[in-house]
Amino acid sequence: MKELTIDATVGNIESVTDFVNTQLEERGCSPKVLMQIDIAIDELFGNIASYAYNPEVGPATVRVELVEDPLSVVITFIDHGVPYDPLKKEDPNIKLSAEEREIGGLGIYMVKKTMDGISYEYKDGQNILKITKKI
Amino acid sequence: MEISKNAQGSSLEIAVKGRLDTTTAPLLEAELKRSIDKVTELYIDFAELEYLSSAGLRVLLAAQKVMNKQGKMVIRHVNETISEVFEITGFSEILTVE
Repeated sequence: MKELTIDATVGNIESVTDFVNTQLEERGCSPKVLMQIDIAIDELFGNIASYAYNPEVGPATVRVELVEDPLSVVITFIDHGVPYDPLKKEDPNIKLSAEEREIGGLGIYMVKKTMDGISYEYKDGQNILKITKKI
Repeated sequence: MEISKNAQGSSLEIAVKGRLDTTTAPLLEAELKRSIDKVTELYIDFAELEYLSSAGLRVLLAAQKVMNKQGKMVIRHVNETISEVFEITGFSEILTVE
């Protein structure tokens, strides 16, 4: 298990992505899965950066664990900002035309669709969001 | 991310290289705002784009709405990951992807 604690800012998304990618590449993760995970990081860490401590800046921890049988990665995002459960957000209507479309909720929806598991809990003043993906 | 443009009359091609995400999407948004004013055919080339997140979708949707009023917009050369993002989000129905 490895952990990175870093200021939750949009500017740090790349550092988080690099941190996770390094560990996944070592385990021979396919480029396709790697990109799906990178998108999930952009959505989830990006959300924390934009909303958790707004307008202040606070820290977030990203934990990467690899589990066997089947080989999977579990990535946990932890912040102690405003309590927010993204899984409660209603799925967007993806049948609407361009004119009627609203963009809110698409990011978390994509993460739900591309990861094998996602869970949220609020515990000890922390938002704990966990995604699991077979690699 | 790198953006390159090629304009011919009222036709504009914009090629995007790298990742279109929360960090870089504002750059493409700014470029489109600057460039598509009198454009009637907009081609967006993703041949060298690795992936896009919802921040990128937001920019494409805004551009599509503008181009619906003044002409057409076509997205070219998407890879499997990008195609999957369009399918999952229903953007494959909104956008013209070649």
